[in-house]
Amino acid sequence: MAKALLELEDVTARYGPVSALHGISLRVDEGEAVAVLGANGAGKTTTLRAISGTVKRSGGIAFAGRSIVRRSPESVARAGIAHVPEGRGTLTDLTVAENLRLGAYTRRDRAGVREDEQRVLGYFPRLAERRSQRAGTLSGGEQQMLALARALMLRPRLLLLDEPSLGLAPLVVAEIFRIVRELNERDGLAVLVVEQNAALALDASARAYVLEVGRVAVEGDSARLREDVAVRRSYLGY
Amino acid sequence: MILAFDWTQLAQQIVIGLASGGVWATLAVALVLIYRSTGVINFAQGEMAMFSTFIAWSLVNHGFSYWAAFVLTVAISFAGGVAVERAVIRPVERAPVLTVVIVTLGLFFVVNGAARWIWSPETRSLPNAFSTRPISVAGVAFSISDLGTIAVSLAAVALLWAFFRFTKLGLASRAAAVNPDASRLVGVRVTWMLALGWGLAAAMGAVSGMLTAPALASFDQNLMQPVLLYAFAGAVLGGIDSPLGAVVGSLLLGVLINLIGTYVNWVGTDLRLPVALAVILGVLLVRPAGLFGRPMETRV
Repeated sequence: MAKALLELEDVTARYGPVSALHGISLRVDEGEAVAVLGANGAGKTTTLRAISGTVKRSGGIAFAGRSIVRRSPESVARAGIAHVPEGRGTLTDLTVAENLRLGAYTRRDRAGVREDEQRVLGYFPRLAERRSQRAGTLSGGEQQMLALARALMLRPRLLLLDEPSLGLAPLVVAEIFRIVRELNERDGLAVLVVEQNAALALDASARAYVLEVGRVAVEGDSARLREDVAVRRSYLGY
Repeated sequence: MILAFDWTQLAQQIVIGLASGGVWATLAVALVLIYRSTGVINFAQGEMAMFSTFIAWSLVNHGFSYWAAFVLTVAISFAGGVAVERAVIRPVERAPVLTVVIVTLGLFFVVNGAARWIWSPETRSLPNAFSTRPISVAGVAFSISDLGTIAVSLAAVALLWAFFRFTKLGLASRAAAVNPDASRLVGVRVTWMLALGWGLAAAMGAVSGMLTAPALASFDQNLMQPVLLYAFAGAVLGGIDSPLGAVVGSLLLGVLINLIGTYVNWVGTDLRLPVALAVILGVLLVRPAGLFGRPMETRV
């Protein structure tokens, strides 16, 4: 059995008085791609935010064997978790190059950073063309690519992706998922991806969790869930 | 009539205006820094600068040369600005804007009171920062002091710009000011970036205060209050969210006020400020975001 990189045990989270997660347990193994599916409001985004510390949470969250449940978002990032949030969180006032430099903010190895910048721009040639442009002038798809590229600059051990397909053209979405899969399969980067588009996410992951109102309703191998007509009908809507 | 126009006088008045404007620009940049990161006008910025100036006065009184005191005061003020943010602003970081504004108003009185308590309210003076001799450039006599003031203010602003533009820390603080949530996700310690901003603002204020005081025969604890008003006007003219705007706005304002005072006889000295403010109002009616300010823009 592979080693667990991230383990959530009975995690709850709340926005002020409103409880959004009612005890979620899930795990992501070293180098594994895992999808979190479910309807709007099921708690997918909140699950990612609980991990990165951008929402008030309690329960057990262990990353690489250490509890991170009390850590601030900046400290979680420093531990090696890169969160690409919903709405991308690109810094629109900064240029593409500055966004990438900022992504490597916590790193001290200058040579490695420069190398990674070349590698990341290799994944996204369109960003290379727009290096000195302000991020706010990019198209939605380019901004999503930039968000992903910036997250990679952290050289994370785990990538959290929130709805990477949201509002993007199918071709762009396919491109982004192709790169995510490549990162996972070739570089062994562990990925936890939240998606509305279940078919897409199941294709790109080895295992999946289906959430329903803040709880895990179904979990299993992505290949099996894809074939399970009952699961598809009741939870995934396709 | 045109032939009789005194170009020498115009050049001299422009330089005098740039010198005042440069001093305002350093404080205006401090205001913009705080505005961008904390979202409010720091009403205490001028008083903090005054406090710094008194520190410089104490150092000079203890035998330091003006420039040694200058450098030391900038460093002390930076630390002081960081401390003020930690102690006073951090507790209200998540409070509504109005609360923070009230806190900076409170800070105004606390700093002013503290300066009165420490340095008893009597007038004092700082030695001249520059030679008092005039210097001739292209046949026109300028004061070395004015030229030096312009050079030091612009150098301070340029250093600050270089810090934000070329260093990783500067990049992180720019990011933290505009988008704190996304900055946290890449590991930026946003609250420390705020403190850093307050430290830099206090340091810029110190420069402004230490350039203001020597030009006066004497000064007291109200030293920086008019300067704060001019700096604020300059920052608004340039666009309150734009550091470049604050500099250009302040320099323009300095020249404008000086030229109006010199050439429009009925304005004289007393009406300079109201007339200048009327001009600013005119600009803002046409460009509400100021000369360099950007109206809010987003792309979905």
